[in-house]
Amino acid sequence: MNIVVSIKQVPGTTKVAINPATNTLIRAGVEAIINPFDMYAIEEAIRLREKFGGKVTCITMGPPQAEEALKSAIAMGADEGILVSDRAFAGSDTLATSYTLAMGIKKLGQFDIILTGKQAMDGDTAQVGPGIAQWLDIPFIAWVKKIEDVKKDAKTIRVERMMDDGYEVLEGPLPILLSVVKEINEPRTESLRGKMKAKSFKATVYSAKDIEADPDFIGLRGSPTIVNRVFVPVRSGKKELVEGATVEEKVSKVVASLRESKLVN
Amino acid sequence: MDYFLTEEQQMIVDTAKDFAHKVIKPVREEHDENQTFPWEVVKKMGEAGLCGLYIPEKYGGTGLGILGLCLAVEEMSKVCSAIALSMAATGLGTFPILLFASEEQKQKYLPDIASGKRLAAFGLTEANAGSDALGMQTTAVKDGDYYILNGTKQWITNAGEAEIYSVFAVTDRNRGSRGLSAFIIEKGTPGFSFGKKENKLGIRASATRELVFQDCKIHKSAMIGSEGMGAIIAVNTLYTSRPGVAAQALGIAAGALDESINYARQRKQFGQTISSFQAVQHMLANMATEVEAARALLYATARSIDKAGDAKGFAKESAMAKLYCSDVAMKVTTDAVQIFGGYGYMKEYPVEKMMRDAKITQIYEGTNQIQRNEIAAGLIKSAASKK
Repeated sequence: MNIVVSIKQVPGTTKVAINPATNTLIRAGVEAIINPFDMYAIEEAIRLREKFGGKVTCITMGPPQAEEALKSAIAMGADEGILVSDRAFAGSDTLATSYTLAMGIKKLGQFDIILTGKQAMDGDTAQVGPGIAQWLDIPFIAWVKKIEDVKKDAKTIRVERMMDDGYEVLEGPLPILLSVVKEINEPRTESLRGKMKAKSFKATVYSAKDIEADPDFIGLRGSPTIVNRVFVPVRSGKKELVEGATVEEKVSKVVASLRESKLVN
Repeated sequence: MDYFLTEEQQMIVDTAKDFAHKVIKPVREEHDENQTFPWEVVKKMGEAGLCGLYIPEKYGGTGLGILGLCLAVEEMSKVCSAIALSMAATGLGTFPILLFASEEQKQKYLPDIASGKRLAAFGLTEANAGSDALGMQTTAVKDGDYYILNGTKQWITNAGEAEIYSVFAVTDRNRGSRGLSAFIIEKGTPGFSFGKKENKLGIRASATRELVFQDCKIHKSAMIGSEGMGAIIAVNTLYTSRPGVAAQALGIAAGALDESINYARQRKQFGQTISSFQAVQHMLANMATEVEAARALLYATARSIDKAGDAKGFAKESAMAKLYCSDVAMKVTTDAVQIFGGYGYMKEYPVEKMMRDAKITQIYEGTNQIQRNEIAAGLIKSAASKK
């Protein structure tokens, strides 16, 4: 089974200043780490390989120093690391980034599952994962909290998707892209053998030319996004408290209200 | 202090440190309080590559020697020596195999030990044969191609949890120290059972039980070396394993020192941090000096053994390292509790556990009195041989 993990190198702190002129993050001088959510994707990929065999390839788009993120992934147990890096990619928004990564994954060849973290902790957009799936024209499932089963021969996968109040069981065909939540596993620490392997690791670098990128779709030119304002969206989910003297009374009120809204008969 | 660690040795330190903080620290109190065996940690320890450091690469290990073992044990013991002991005591049970077993036996057992899949244990001590190990009562009577074992081993670390046991028994009472033999006995062998789990002062996450042999029939192919080699195997195993105990003790001491410095810098009395008081400063200075001296002695001993490829020539030094590191551990942890004052005596803070855990390092794998005998014997022997 060929498993691709798309990872991102992010600043190792939540206290990142925002450039007021461009509304983008100031990354200079901050220690870089693998996006914490991507750690769960790497762990899950390694577990899939342990169970089904195959290969785990991590891919990232970034400047040359993003190779460090791939090194950490190798130390955890990934087999290969691809750095998609070119000056032409500078200024990419999530659309251009997902195009670039999708082209990089295409160049890699055949794959069964692409894993990503549910979002990056710096940009928090959660758009690149689904973007990659769109460019590759494969299905995408977000917030996966468990991979229940993979049928290699039938080429299907069954997963649990985390919802606000419970989870959904979804089945899809392979190849597929899954974004995972932290409930899915507990990432392992870097192993000694992995560290030794990482020491001599050199990432394979893909340039814009290597991935045969359309210049109109990459970098600033391929990025239609203009950041107007950065804010945390307000949740609109409504809550209703049911009052009552006894449990029976509360239950009958709940049932009555469900009937009223025609949710039960 | 710069100990001139190689890049690989530094990686052991980094890996073990990261592992100890992320995996061991969150569960150490719980395992200590409930006396539960940390299997979930042991499994991950294997995955992290920390179980086979002293095992050669051809048997699935990393071949980084006694110093490699010591660095990992020290780092993990800074956080919890009881959990680190699952691996360190496996080393003790593995050395008889590593040093004296046949190629076939090594191929059979070492890879699983190196990967952390199976743990090992060392069965030498008995109720009436502690320091006087050669006075053991367990017998192995030859019966055709088999040996029939009868007797009970006491206070065996990892017993019940481990699957591979290096067990010592008397094969010929009349031959004295030449009448002992060693066997590899697997858990589940008919006639081999375990006594109750001991309730201990410290290292409570470590399992200590009796090994009970009742007409336990062992094929002669399970013997390590040849008949009568038991005492040689036991003694050489202990020379090799003592640096591991020393590393455990050193780790406890270093962990307690770190905790003490951090605490002293934040605890305020009389309107200032207690680290500003000379009484506390001098305690910290003594603790730090002793820890560093212990480390220097241990690393030098481990390096000497690794360079020679054998611990035989360093019996005295390995005894010194074990003696000094464990005495330092007891002293430093006692002082750590003192610096913490009333808080130090409470289980909410880690130093009381460190003090409880430290005590065993002065007792097991040869009491510190026996270590002094060993050191003195080595001194007299080398002086005599010069004449």
